[in-house]
Amino acid sequence: MALSLSKGDASFQARSLYRSLLRQANQFAAYNFREYARRRTRDAFREHHNESDDRAVQELLQKGLKELQVLKVRPNTPRGIETDRPPEDGKLADNRGQRQTVISQFFQLERLVVEGGKTGKQTGEEGDIVRQKDQGWD
Amino acid sequence: MSNITPSAARLALRTCSRRPSACSALRARPQIFATAGQCASGRRTYVSKTESHQATVNVETAIKADQKAFLNQTGLQPGNAQMPTTGMSGDAMMSPTAGILKQATIMDEGARPIYLDMQATTPMDPRVLDAMLPFMTGLYGNPHSRTHAYGWETDKAVEQARKHVADLIGADPKEIIFTSGATESNNMSIKGVARFFKRSGKKNHVITCQTEHKCVLDSCRHLQDEGFEVTYLPVKSDGLIDMKELEEAIRPETILVSIMAVNNEIGVVQPIEEIGQLCRKKKVFYHTDGAQAAGKIPMDVNKMNIDLMSLTAHKIYGPMGIGACYVRRRPRVRLDPIISGGGQERGLRSGTLAPPLVIGFGEAARIAMEEMPYDTKRIKMLSDRLLNGLLALDHTSQNGAADRHYPGCVNVSFAYVEGESLLMALKDIALSSGSACTSASLEPSYVLRALGNSDESAHSSIRFGIGRFTTEEEIDYVLKAVSERVTFLRELSPLWEMVQEGIDLKSIEWAQH
Repeated sequence: MALSLSKGDASFQARSLYRSLLRQANQFAAYNFREYARRRTRDAFREHHNESDDRAVQELLQKGLKELQVLKVRPNTPRGIETDRPPEDGKLADNRGQRQTVISQFFQLERLVVEGGKTGKQTGEEGDIVRQKDQGWD
Repeated sequence: MSNITPSAARLALRTCSRRPSACSALRARPQIFATAGQCASGRRTYVSKTESHQATVNVETAIKADQKAFLNQTGLQPGNAQMPTTGMSGDAMMSPTAGILKQATIMDEGARPIYLDMQATTPMDPRVLDAMLPFMTGLYGNPHSRTHAYGWETDKAVEQARKHVADLIGADPKEIIFTSGATESNNMSIKGVARFFKRSGKKNHVITCQTEHKCVLDSCRHLQDEGFEVTYLPVKSDGLIDMKELEEAIRPETILVSIMAVNNEIGVVQPIEEIGQLCRKKKVFYHTDGAQAAGKIPMDVNKMNIDLMSLTAHKIYGPMGIGACYVRRRPRVRLDPIISGGGQERGLRSGTLAPPLVIGFGEAARIAMEEMPYDTKRIKMLSDRLLNGLLALDHTSQNGAADRHYPGCVNVSFAYVEGESLLMALKDIALSSGSACTSASLEPSYVLRALGNSDESAHSSIRFGIGRFTTEEEIDYVLKAVSERVTFLRELSPLWEMVQEGIDLKSIEWAQH
């Protein structure tokens, strides 16, 4: 199977885009945005994974690329995808920020109470890691 | 070695400065540098190499290197970081006690509360910010400037945003008036229409409903001072209005009916379509406050016969400080503008638009429209999970109609617990007992009172707002925290003890004090 995948192949492109989107989504500093970006990427690809119409596949890929641009500093196109689409609004498209993950990292806040640090799980049971800062009573 | 090099260089410089003509002598004495610097390459004998690329900073690589270093730091989990000189992990340093206890206990979580107050406001979507940023930096033209490119480009983007907002509610772009928010839109619609029609004749009656947002109720109160008559319709115990009562309340001199689409506190969805039909039939204008509805449930002003509608951006993941008012053109709704001036926005709301906010609103509307099926499905799933978990507790009840209910707003009463004390106990969750405007006062919510709830029940209600960015983990955390702390607070309460013993609280005669 893997051998039959060539660079121009739509499924190869889709996989590549999927990986880039997920990787970039992980860069969000804010928990909710990070989780959303990951979930939305996963769900969108799952939703359309049976898409067989070439045209629809291309449209979806372009949409995904656009989302990637929003996340990323520069549309460092994943391998195998050629972006020859014209910028839709001339100057406007060039000026698009495309750096939301970086912006998110500029303004980092404390982590949310649900974000597990070390273990990633909620604690407080016996022998477990306990919360030092009690939120409810001060 | 390292000491020799500078001194040798200094020596060389000194010779140079004293005898410029003797500079060539420097080159003739390579043995100094052979002993001193031991140039790694051994090719050149200058003090330092000066090439053009060393003198210029390559901005791109510098930025890249900076970013890389920055990302390396930001991705670092405190558990993995070692604090310099202490040998302790970052986790231990985050909690002073843990440092004392030599990492015996470690703080595992952050301290920032979970946000579950999506009816008050929503976090701004990064995609919205992405659309706004160019207009906060380079593209700063005044959209009303018709004489230069700065104005044109901004104007174009503003008109595009207007179209997105109009599409969200099925309107024509020309019918959208940008305002500062839903409060201004409500004021503009209610006062504007009433005042305009007062001038022309006998019409002087406005109908609204008791569970409306404060800004609608207050505008109506203001109209009463100006000599209008206002009917405040009661609601049924499920929060919906009675269509028959509305029909009876409409008189020949009625100008306007204002009933909101989705209630901000209990999340019930009023029968907008029926109200719209009735108003159209009776030739009365229908205004609806769609701040909580647009972008969350499908709205169509033509299908629902809505004549005026208030919208706001910050409830649909857009920026704060921008809203819109839909004003129907055919049949034309005339209103008296509150703000007069340069005649922008069809003369109904003068003043320069805020292009970044407007564009953010447009983008938020576009995303809301595009993502509505996905978001609805997800919010419904999370809401069911939360509601089932909360209602599984003893003596809890949902406020508002369960079947005509926007799932993103869950209002639950916890009997025998004081809502405000529960909110204090739930400091790790950002919640509210009612609308943000009234959250400063300890008065029970007037919306819940209007449903016929007792004071105690209204006091013990909490509103949970679920949105696009809420996760399953957050819901599970909330369920666990709420059930723990409700049990804890009830254990403290003597009333709860009595209830457990089977004493009916209503039968007790409390001593006067």
